[in-house]
Amino acid sequence: MLSIKNLRVSINNKEILRGINLEVKPGEVHAIMGPNGTGKSTLASVIAGRDIFEVTEGEILYKGKNLLEMPIEDRASEGIFLGFQYPVEIPGVSITNFMRTAVNEQRKYRGLDPMPANEFLAKMEAKKNLLEIHAKLANRSVNEGFSGGEKKKNEIFQMAMLEPALAILDETDSGLDIDALKIVANGVNKLRRPDNAFVVITHYQRLLEYIVPDIVHVLFDGRIVRSGGKELAIELEEKGYEWIRAELV
Amino acid sequence: MEKDQNNILEEVTQGDYKYGFYTDIEMDTAPMGLNEDTVRFISAKKNEPEWLLQYRLDAYHKWLGMTEPTWAHLHHPPINYQEIIYYAAPKRKKELTSLDEVDPELVATFNKLGISLEEQKRLSGVAVDAVIDSVSVKTTFSETLEKQGIIFCSFSEAVQKVPDLVKQYLGTVVPSDDNYFAALNSAVFSDGSFCYIPKGVRCPIELSTYFRINAANTGQFERTLIIGDENSYVSYMEGCTAPMRDENQLHAAIVEIIALKEAEVKYSTVQNWYPGNKKGEGGIYNFVTKRGICKGNNSKISWTQVETGSAITWKYPSVVLMGDHSVGEFYSVAVTNNYQQADTGSKMIHLGKNTKSTIISKGISAGHSSNSYRGLVKMTKRAENSRNFSQCDSLLLGDKCGAHTFPYIKTENKTSIVEHEATTSKISDDQLFYCNQRGISTESAIGLIVNGYAREVLKQLPMEFAVEAQKLLSISLEGSVG
Repeated sequence: MLSIKNLRVSINNKEILRGINLEVKPGEVHAIMGPNGTGKSTLASVIAGRDIFEVTEGEILYKGKNLLEMPIEDRASEGIFLGFQYPVEIPGVSITNFMRTAVNEQRKYRGLDPMPANEFLAKMEAKKNLLEIHAKLANRSVNEGFSGGEKKKNEIFQMAMLEPALAILDETDSGLDIDALKIVANGVNKLRRPDNAFVVITHYQRLLEYIVPDIVHVLFDGRIVRSGGKELAIELEEKGYEWIRAELV
Repeated sequence: MEKDQNNILEEVTQGDYKYGFYTDIEMDTAPMGLNEDTVRFISAKKNEPEWLLQYRLDAYHKWLGMTEPTWAHLHHPPINYQEIIYYAAPKRKKELTSLDEVDPELVATFNKLGISLEEQKRLSGVAVDAVIDSVSVKTTFSETLEKQGIIFCSFSEAVQKVPDLVKQYLGTVVPSDDNYFAALNSAVFSDGSFCYIPKGVRCPIELSTYFRINAANTGQFERTLIIGDENSYVSYMEGCTAPMRDENQLHAAIVEIIALKEAEVKYSTVQNWYPGNKKGEGGIYNFVTKRGICKGNNSKISWTQVETGSAITWKYPSVVLMGDHSVGEFYSVAVTNNYQQADTGSKMIHLGKNTKSTIISKGISAGHSSNSYRGLVKMTKRAENSRNFSQCDSLLLGDKCGAHTFPYIKTENKTSIVEHEATTSKISDDQLFYCNQRGISTESAIGLIVNGYAREVLKQLPMEFAVEAQKLLSISLEGSVG
């Protein structure tokens, strides 16, 4: 589904990603771990299409298409979702309106008519129930005045609404209390299907107690230095990132 | 409101000014230029009583002695008042009694705008006083309204039907020598709407007027007078779309509102005059004087405006709070794009005790445009314990536009409280990236963010108007980022 080959990325002439290789297949959950400042969020942003980064080498293929040539919104409509580490506020725009616009623009891209209003509202209700989100999010402005936990829940809710093929969650667990963490993890687990994939970026092993990854990668200094099964995450938690650093020297 | 968002945003992607078409109707016009004869010609055309002719002539002579104001933050070539046609009316062959008798071309024009009178009449429950150029073509729902004693007709008709009411109130809120453009209007006003709500009557429907400039080189000088008698209520809407023109067109309207004891008048407008092309050529010059007076105790006047059109907008809907405990409100969204210029705001003049006013102004500037808020809040000595809250926000799109705020505050007593808040913001790249990542195109994202920014004002509009306003916001910001 996603194939990244020798990806090198710079910002302001400073190289951040230094030759990333990553293969994600349908049905898989990947975890990318690593210390702060090693390029985890940069990788997520480049896949989503943020244009402040410069790709100097390598390629990203998504469903066989050259992702790097696609506009951001087309990538989204092709099924790529990014759960933001710091979701922005959009004052005055209700979540209902925001999601309806997103859903219908994606449908338009796929040549479908807009979703009828009643169907849309029913879908919102169903997804809220699925995720056990009880807060009245629908009429609130997007992320405005939300607590950290609410923002992250809202990201998961949007993911559920948009039903992406590939969801990248960028440190969605940071700053969450245990209840919010469970909602996030529960969301991922419930939305897992044989035909979609998740890339979960996290600093801590904690989230992986609730989301069991198929493959764990350690990103260090712009490279994936180690990949393995879920036991790698546990080893990392026990030995700390210093262990990796020491091994690399 | 939300369910139409998507249709609205789709329209954003469509090209040029949508309402730029021209209806070919035989005109009955005054000779070009302005002199005493022009004023007499207009008055005679309308079969006006002698007092009204005198009112016009008096205004004309005052106008001759006045000069065009230059204090506004606006720049335009000098207007040649002798190159303007001051009266144009569709020729009427006979009195019309039903819609079928209306010129089919006229009906077609309305259909293009999506405001077919028949539709309006049948479906929406909105009475429409449709004005093409200067003469009211058709007034609907009058009969329904008449049963309640409500008078809602064209201004000219009111002059014939209820001359005493017109005489009693005309010019009492905006005197003919109030300002240069008000004097001009008072001399040559063509037509407009008249509305009277009797004592204790709550008008059951939204009253609505659509204005439309139609002939080349024809100035529009609308005159509207709304009177809410004691303990009455009315919500009045005015909407404009104008066809494309190369020459600049002058528009100088006057709207006067009188609210007597315990009356409430809500006035909403969506203004979409032709703004000129992307280079700043053509477009309407809009110099408008709108003012209401809360004459009686506990009365209330509320202005809501969405301004997206005109090359130049000069407009300060105001309220004189004369009665004790009276309330004045001003909610505004003003959008400028390309080379549009707007100098708009409000005046709240507190005369009575315990009076209250609110000003919420949302400016949106894009392209090379200039958008100014200019407001005055005045607490007179007598206006004890009065309050004002003003909030003036500016949203900038791009880095070639300008936003300015000129708030004036005068307080002559010690018990009143005046608050003023102002913010300036931009649409951030983070917001656009967030929207794009959800599959929303940049153009749609801007429409969404701008409508969110203006929501506080848009929610003041009657439902059917709010939808139109959302469309206009998106359409008028088309191509402003990229």
